[in-house]
Amino acid sequence: MWTLTPFEIEAVRLSLRVAFWAVAGSLPIGLLTAWLLARCDFPGKSLLNGLLYLPMILPPVVIGYLLLILLGRRGPLGSWLFDTLGVTVAFTWKGAAVASAVMAFPLMVQAIRLSLEAVDRRLEQAALTLGASPARVFLTVTLPLAAPGVLSGTILSFARGFGEFGATITFVSNIPGETQTLPLALFSLFQAPGGEAGALRLMIVSILLAMAALVVSEFLARRVAARIGG
Amino acid sequence: MLEVDISRRFGDFPLHVRFTAETGLTALFGRSGAGKTSLINLLAGLERPDGGRIEIDGHVLFDASEGVDLPPQKRRLGYVFQESRLFPHMSVLGNLSYGMRLRPASERHQDFHQVVDMLDLKPFLDRRPKTLSGGEKQRVAIGRALLASPRLLLMDEPLASLDAPRKNEILPFIERLRDEANLPIVYVSHALDEVIRLADTLVILSEGRAVASGSVEQIMSRLDLRPLTGRYETGAVFSAAVVAQDDTFGLTELAFAGNRLLVPRLRMPEGTSLRVRIRARDVSLSLTPPADISVLNIFPGRIEEIGADGGPQADLLVDIGVPLIARVTRKSLHELDLKPGKKVYALVKAVAVDRPSLGQRGTEIRS
Repeated sequence: MWTLTPFEIEAVRLSLRVAFWAVAGSLPIGLLTAWLLARCDFPGKSLLNGLLYLPMILPPVVIGYLLLILLGRRGPLGSWLFDTLGVTVAFTWKGAAVASAVMAFPLMVQAIRLSLEAVDRRLEQAALTLGASPARVFLTVTLPLAAPGVLSGTILSFARGFGEFGATITFVSNIPGETQTLPLALFSLFQAPGGEAGALRLMIVSILLAMAALVVSEFLARRVAARIGG
Repeated sequence: MLEVDISRRFGDFPLHVRFTAETGLTALFGRSGAGKTSLINLLAGLERPDGGRIEIDGHVLFDASEGVDLPPQKRRLGYVFQESRLFPHMSVLGNLSYGMRLRPASERHQDFHQVVDMLDLKPFLDRRPKTLSGGEKQRVAIGRALLASPRLLLMDEPLASLDAPRKNEILPFIERLRDEANLPIVYVSHALDEVIRLADTLVILSEGRAVASGSVEQIMSRLDLRPLTGRYETGAVFSAAVVAQDDTFGLTELAFAGNRLLVPRLRMPEGTSLRVRIRARDVSLSLTPPADISVLNIFPGRIEEIGADGGPQADLLVDIGVPLIARVTRKSLHELDLKPGKKVYALVKAVAVDRPSLGQRGTEIRS
């Protein structure tokens, strides 16, 4: 009763992989976007800000469908990816990672942006007068001081990506072993007769993973805060 | 040498400052709102002038007509901020070495151990900035700026956020910095006692302009600048040297321009040179040499100039070998018929010359 079947283990592993690559891929872009929004003034800033929140307010199915149009084999971006890099995103686990990344992006950017805005700019000025280039100032002063926010943004978006459902099922469908992540497997188990025990096990797994993520994030945030020394 | 001639408009407030700073400590003195911090930010490159030129030792940092505007990280001007601005996520050691590590070894002119010794930072090297007192933080900030081996050190009221005991704790370190680091310093302040104690050259800022500049002695003996330096603080400044200690009465004898000045005991070796400020309100005048009087310091002199603005009091510039300023009532001025050229005796109570009006120069201080 309490051991996971190979089918369920596959779903958990796939979910972890999808969430990991979703975060790893979107973190650099998230940092850049958060920095642009926190520190720069440019035309179209409010438009970018609005676009950023679309995944949070649109139905996930709409996002999934948009991704399919854009990144499908015959979509403008998808065909380019296939022709030049030989990469197929639609109906593969990579597509699931893209869907997770897009859905989790606003959460990540929001957390990082708030922590960047909280960094005392006078410290950055001090670093400049000591001879540090702006890039070095960012890496040695801004980023370390914003670390708690970057960390919580990362963990939040990991958890969000781990549980992504609507955009994923629309964009990459529900293919066991390829795109059937934990929430999708759970959905399938509910629908199949006699799947309640498996669904219960997966539910427990997701609760445990979510709790673990929270505990780890809390622990790391405390360590970082102690290191920064507030 | 730093040569500055820049202008910048801040809303309704036009700043147009022209001055030069050579070796030693140049103080930019002015009331709040005179444009001191704005000026120093313009020098450091944190704000951009509308026009003009900044040059140091032949290096152009800013020139509007040539289109030169070096970013702060390329100017090599050390900046000690009013609120230390230490990096909270680094130890004191990390803070100190931040700028130093960015400078190629061949360009470093400050030795790490020497700076640590001079500022007495050894006990804190492993500590975090938040565990330091305000004065200790400021010492670390000075060391950090110095170790980046700048061409010049900018200090923006580094003592303003400290209470009086902390100020007195850190002043000797700044004196040592001035005398030992061999680096020109531009020091912004609105506190006249600090300026008199520390500065070699004084630039007076008022309403966004440098209205006067010169040696501290010159500027402080100008009666026309009294409204800017502060009426209560008016007083002449001159250099003197310790010549003898009177152990019986606990007095120290200072020599200046052929005169002797007795002051309460200073624990300084003979030969120590220092700067003395005698406040105008502590100087009385007499037409005849007074006898049977408790005042120990009596200097014969001649009235040079009288500054009276119709108020109840008048300031007189008296030449006693050095310029001395005396403040008397307009009534006395009238009754004694005091006029430029008249011979007078200036009376200075020994006890009026207190520690804060003395600044030690050019010798090492071990507090």
